[in-house]
Amino acid sequence: MKWKSLIKVALKSIMKNRMRSFLTMLGIIIGVASVIALISVGKGTQADISGKIQSMGTNLLMVMPGASGFGGVSRGAGSWHTLTLADAEKIEKEATLVTQVSPVVRESAQVIAGRNNWFTSVQGVTANYTIIRSWPVDRGAFFTDRDVKTMAKVAVLGATVADTLFPGQDPIGARIRVGNVPFTVVGVLSKKGQNMMGSDQDDIILAPSTTVLFRLGDGKWINSITVSAVSERETDAARSEVEAIMRRSHRLAGSEDNNFSIRTQTELNEMATSVTRMMTLLLSAVAGVSLLVGGIGIMNIMLVSVTERTREIGIRLAIGAREADVLVQFLIEAAIISLMGGLLGILLGLVTAGVIGRAISASIVVDPLTITISFLFSGIIGIFFGFYPAKKAAALNPIEALHYE
Amino acid sequence: MALIELKNLTKTYRMGDIDVHALRGVDMKVEEREFLAITGASGSGKSTMLNILGCLDLPSGGEYVLGGIQVSGLSKRELADIRNEKIGFVFQGFNLLPRTSALENVELPLLYDRAGRIKNPAGKAVEVLTRVGLGDRLHHEPNKLSGGEQQRVAIARALINEPSILLADEPTGNLDTTTSMEVIEIFRDLNRQGMTIILVTHEPDIAHQARRAIELRDGRIIKDEVL
Repeated sequence: MKWKSLIKVALKSIMKNRMRSFLTMLGIIIGVASVIALISVGKGTQADISGKIQSMGTNLLMVMPGASGFGGVSRGAGSWHTLTLADAEKIEKEATLVTQVSPVVRESAQVIAGRNNWFTSVQGVTANYTIIRSWPVDRGAFFTDRDVKTMAKVAVLGATVADTLFPGQDPIGARIRVGNVPFTVVGVLSKKGQNMMGSDQDDIILAPSTTVLFRLGDGKWINSITVSAVSERETDAARSEVEAIMRRSHRLAGSEDNNFSIRTQTELNEMATSVTRMMTLLLSAVAGVSLLVGGIGIMNIMLVSVTERTREIGIRLAIGAREADVLVQFLIEAAIISLMGGLLGILLGLVTAGVIGRAISASIVVDPLTITISFLFSGIIGIFFGFYPAKKAAALNPIEALHYE
Repeated sequence: MALIELKNLTKTYRMGDIDVHALRGVDMKVEEREFLAITGASGSGKSTMLNILGCLDLPSGGEYVLGGIQVSGLSKRELADIRNEKIGFVFQGFNLLPRTSALENVELPLLYDRAGRIKNPAGKAVEVLTRVGLGDRLHHEPNKLSGGEQQRVAIARALINEPSILLADEPTGNLDTTTSMEVIEIFRDLNRQGMTIILVTHEPDIAHQARRAIELRDGRIIKDEVL
């Protein structure tokens, strides 16, 4: 078989009917383009979300109060005060799969610095919080264990707060008032950006947990405990360990439900991933339908083409083409049409993904495997839907075909 | 041994409920280097006979031996290969591919030359086109050529695979008298150079240019004369 000649013949026939060939390709182009665009945007979004979850620190466990209720009414995580500093200390002392523990006391307050003021969230944490959240200071220093012990009135500002309260100035060493309590600024955190819910993580002030709890808060209940496991792989084991310690600390009997809950980053990640995966799957199904429609379009046009070229087929058969030669010729033509459609679809899809990515400011992940599969799949569609018309062409009776008007 | 031998050849078509007996027992021998005209009124069976001789169709009964090969029992695929290797067709309506140059039209049969008998397709195409006097029309497309020129391209296409026999179905049917004679002169030339030619026509003038004429009526040979 002379492939080069066959491909040349097919290309020639495609180029003879440029407009029609293009319209035939359109179904495949749109199908492939939507597959590529959706998967690129989907994967990009997924990567963005994972990235943001990672930016909160990879091996994190969050112990939250709540999940307890009265008379069967569950109040939901975080709705009830059940955690104390003692819980955090117990975890730190007893847990073996845990490297860092920090209680988190969350208050909101009006913060005043000179003539500027700002309403923000003040979080009481311990000195190791920068390690747990992998969140280093940009300028100055973080407060120390000693500051926590002595309930020192020192604060570390998030980048947004620093910019708002001290525009164009160095805040280190400056005095601010949080509510009615004066603090000294010792450091400014590096920029962390938005979290996956879109809120600004830099709009925050960090201060020693004891200071916030006793000078700003109620002196007893803390909001959560942030724990970092020894490694990402050990997060689940660490979770069980922390759960056991917490149950002991809260003196829960065997049958009692937890009056706290523990979340891991892996869970959050899985939740987010499953949502985007679901979306991608649904939209891919839509794209698949358009590929199917594109394939039927190819079959339709190929049938018309076979009828139009009956005489040509007759000539070819008369001068010695085998049925298989005619079959292959039309299959190649269908495959080339759909592969060209696939190629144009890939280009259009990448451009579309770029435009969508820019519009919703999401990342685009171009996956070579997706592109290869789309390309091959479009070829398969051409061969599959081209088979019936090609078979019909090959089965023509040469005498009748030669006299076809 | 004769190049072509037909023994009691029959062909019956079924059209609806009626059997049409196109050939009712034809016996004929054609030697190499002959120039044979088959004549007859329409419906006499001459087209059917040409289709069978050209291996486009199989007989219903009897034997057809071409160059020692028993054609009657061959598969479609073997028939296609015989058409490619041993037979050159020239049709009444030229049957060239539109929007395709003379050269490419002539090369077409070599696309299916599986054995690779012809070594240099492009060179061979130029050679046969020159042989029919179209050496200066290589890149013309059919719609830029006159009827006579188109038929000459078709003859060149029939010659490129070096067939043992040239079959022509009313080759002058679409041409005026002068052009017809030019085309017939090409056939006579080819025959003088050794080509076996069978030509189907209903025009007595054309038939007279051959060296032997057979007349068919109702699927039987009624006359076989050397001219």
